[in-house]
Amino acid sequence: MNALRMVFSKPWIWAFIAAGGVFFVTVMFTGGASTIGLGQAALTFASFSVIVGLGQMFVITLGPGNVDLSIPATMTLAATLALKVMESQNGMIFVGLLVALGVGLGVGIANYALIKALRIPPIIATLSSSFIIQSTAIWSNRGLRIRPPQWMADLTTQSLFGVPNVALIALGITLVIFVLLEKSLYGRWVSAIGQNMRAARMAGVPVDGVRFATYVLCAVLASLAGFLLASFSGGAALNMGTEYLLTSIAVVVIGGTAVAGGFANVPGIWGASLFLFLVVSMLNTYGASAGVRMLLTGVIIIGVIIAASRRRVA
Amino acid sequence: MISGDETAVIAVDGAEKSFGAVRALDGVSFSVRPHECVGLVGHNGAGKSTLVNLITGGLAPDSGSVLVSGMAEGEKFSIAGARAHGVRCVFQELSLCPNLTVEENTRITHPALKGLGWRRRARALIAGKLDAIFPGHGIDCTRMIGDLSIAERQMVEIATAFSESDTRVRLVILDEPTSSLDAGLAAQLLGYVRKFVSEGGAVVIISHILGEILSTADRVVVMKDGRVVSERRAAEFTVETLVGAMGSVVRARDARAPSAAAGEIVLTRKAPAGSGGIDFVARRGELVGLAGLGGHGQTRMLVGLFNAGGGDWVSPKDPRIAFVAGDRHVDGNLPLWSILRNMTISLLPDLTRRGLVDTRAEAEIAARWRERIEVRTKDMANPILSLSGGNQQKVLFARALATRAPVVLMDDPMRGVDIGTKQEVYAMLREEAAKGRTFVWYSTEMDEICQCDRVYVFREGRIVAELAGAEVSEERILSASFAEAAA
Repeated sequence: MNALRMVFSKPWIWAFIAAGGVFFVTVMFTGGASTIGLGQAALTFASFSVIVGLGQMFVITLGPGNVDLSIPATMTLAATLALKVMESQNGMIFVGLLVALGVGLGVGIANYALIKALRIPPIIATLSSSFIIQSTAIWSNRGLRIRPPQWMADLTTQSLFGVPNVALIALGITLVIFVLLEKSLYGRWVSAIGQNMRAARMAGVPVDGVRFATYVLCAVLASLAGFLLASFSGGAALNMGTEYLLTSIAVVVIGGTAVAGGFANVPGIWGASLFLFLVVSMLNTYGASAGVRMLLTGVIIIGVIIAASRRRVA
Repeated sequence: MISGDETAVIAVDGAEKSFGAVRALDGVSFSVRPHECVGLVGHNGAGKSTLVNLITGGLAPDSGSVLVSGMAEGEKFSIAGARAHGVRCVFQELSLCPNLTVEENTRITHPALKGLGWRRRARALIAGKLDAIFPGHGIDCTRMIGDLSIAERQMVEIATAFSESDTRVRLVILDEPTSSLDAGLAAQLLGYVRKFVSEGGAVVIISHILGEILSTADRVVVMKDGRVVSERRAAEFTVETLVGAMGSVVRARDARAPSAAAGEIVLTRKAPAGSGGIDFVARRGELVGLAGLGGHGQTRMLVGLFNAGGGDWVSPKDPRIAFVAGDRHVDGNLPLWSILRNMTISLLPDLTRRGLVDTRAEAEIAARWRERIEVRTKDMANPILSLSGGNQQKVLFARALATRAPVVLMDDPMRGVDIGTKQEVYAMLREEAAKGRTFVWYSTEMDEICQCDRVYVFREGRIVAELAGAEVSEERILSASFAEAAA
C-alpha cells in the first residue's frame, strides 16, 4: 500500500497513466489487432519528442521566462545542411552528424549571445533567432529534396528485438540526461538557478556559464532530433519542425516539470511524449475530423495537466 | 492575571495549537488593554508568531478562545474580522507587494480608498503617517516598493499598520519592527509607540532587542516552549533577568585586544575618486564591521565586493568569497529544496568527482554542520521553508562557513535570530577569524558591530570614518553616522 502511494506521489505517473489509458482505448477499437504496430509507431514518434523535450526541460527549469522557441527552426536547418553535406552517401554520415551538431552548437551560442549581450528576454531572443535560422534553411534548401544515406534510413526505420532503433537512441540520451539532472553538479546548478537566480549567484553558482551551457544543450539536442527525423522520413522538409514547438513545451509540462522552474523530471517526458502521439492516433482511429481532433487534443492535455498539478499540491 | 479583564482589546484564553507533532502553543492566556504596550519575548520557536497569528485571525486555536472587544457573540474570528475590529499587524516577513508603489500598497489595506482620486488620498494618508512616525523619512510615495531599501520598506509597512481610513486602529502588533531599522529610526518608532499608547491605543511589541522592550513596554510577557513562563511589569525586569526568564544566560562581551599584528590584505575597494570617502581594506583574520544608518550603501558595497570576485561563467577552483544573505527570501533561500541541499550548494564543486556530486560526502558534511549550528529539524531532507526564520538563517550561515572561501561577506544576517543563537554565531565567527578567515559584516545592531575588530561607518553611500579596537563604540559610530546631519 505504501509502495503504491509512493508511486502515485511521483509527478511523472500521470503522464504514463494517461498514455496507458489512451493506448488501451485505441487498441480496444481494433480488437487488439494493432497492439504491436501501434506500440512501435508510438515509440518511434515519441522518440523525437523526447529528444527535443529533454532539452526544453532544462531550459524551462532555468526559471520563469526561459524557453527555447528556436527548436523547430534548428531541427530544420540541422537536417537540411546535414543532408546536403552527406549527398546520400553512406561514407559521409559521420560528417553529416557533425554538421548537424555544429548547427546546434552555433544556434545555442547565438541564442545566449542575444539573451546576454543584448539583454533580450529568452522568449523574444529565441523567437527572433528562429526566423533567421529558418530563413537560412530556406535559402540553403531551395526546394531540393535530398534523400538520406541508405544506412541512416535503415538505422532509423528498423527495429532491434521489436524495439525501434530511434527509441533505443532516445533511451540512451534519456539515461545520460537523467544522470546529468539528478547526479551532476550541473543539474544541481540548473535547479538552483530556476528557484532563485539571485540567491544562486550569491551562493557561488556560475549563473552565466550554466545558462549558456543549457541553451547550447537544448539546441544541440534539437539538431540531433532534426537529423534523425530527416533520416527517418526520407528527407528534410521546411516545415518538419513546426509541430515540435508546442510538443517540446507540452511534454515538459505534462511530464511533471515545474513550469515556473527549479524542478525537472526526466521519466515524465517519455510518458508525455507517448501520450501526445497516442491521443492523436486514438482520435484518428475513431475517425474524428481534423477540427474535432485538435479540439479534443487540447481538452485532454489540459485535463492531464490539471490532474498532475493537483496531485503535486496535495 | 489580567486575562479576565472586561476592557481588554484582545483576550486569548487557554489557547492550544499544534502543527502535526509540534505543539506550538500549550495553553496560553494573553490579553492587552487600551493604554498599554505589551512586550512579548522568547526564543525562536517559543510560539510568539503562532500567538500573533491567533490574534490577527490567521489561525484558529485547536482549543481555547480568542476574543476581541466589540465582537458579536458567536461571530467567527478571521483576518477580515480582526481588521474590522481595529487589530493590525506588522509582520516580520515583510508583506508589501514589491511591484506596486507605496500608495498602491496603501490602497490594498484600505479598501475604503476608492473612486476617482484614490491615489492622491492614499498618498496623503500614508505620507501623513510616515511623517508622524518617521519625521524626515524622505520616502517618495509614488516609488515602487521593490526599489526601496529594506529599511524603507519596513517603515512603509509600519506606517501602513498605523494608518486609519474607515476603522479606528486599536491594537497594533509589531513583530521585530526595528530589525532593519537603524538606531535613529528605531528611536522614532518607539517614541511614536509611546504616543499612540498614551492616546488610548494598544501595542504588542515583539523584539530580540531587549533594551527596546524594557524601555517601551509597560508589561513584559515571556514565552518558552509554547507557554507563558513569566509576566511582569517591565520595570521589574532587567536585561539579565529577562534573558534568564527566557532560559539563556548573557555572556559578558569578551574584551578583545585589537589585532595589532595585522595580516596581509585580502580585499580592497577604492572609494570613487572625488567622493571624499575612505578606501576599504580587509586583512586576513579580521572581523570588519560596516556600520552607519541602514541603507547608506553597505549592502551595495558587499554585493560589489562579491561580484568583483568573478565566477559568473566558470566556478573558480578555489572559492575566494562566500556571502551570507540578510534578505533571505531574495538573496538566500532556494525555496523548493531541502535543508540539506540549501546548506551544501556553495561547496558542491569540492564534492564533485568527474562532474557527479558525491552525495554521501555531502550528507556527512551537512550532518556535521547541522550539529555544529544546531539546526532544529528532525530530518535534513525536510524543505528549507519548514524551518523557522532563525533556523533558515543558520542554514545560510553554514552554507558560507562550510566553504573554503577565505573571505565571508555578511549582509545583516542576524535579523530575527534569537539571542542564544547569536552568541553561538559570534563565538563561531571569532573562532574562524582566529584560523585566518576574514569577515566583512554589515549589521544594523550595535552589539554586533561592537564585536568587530575594525569598523567602517557609512554615510550617503561612502565610508566616512574608520574605527579600530577600543575606538569601536556606540557613541563614536552614531556621531560618525550623523555628523553632517547634525552640523
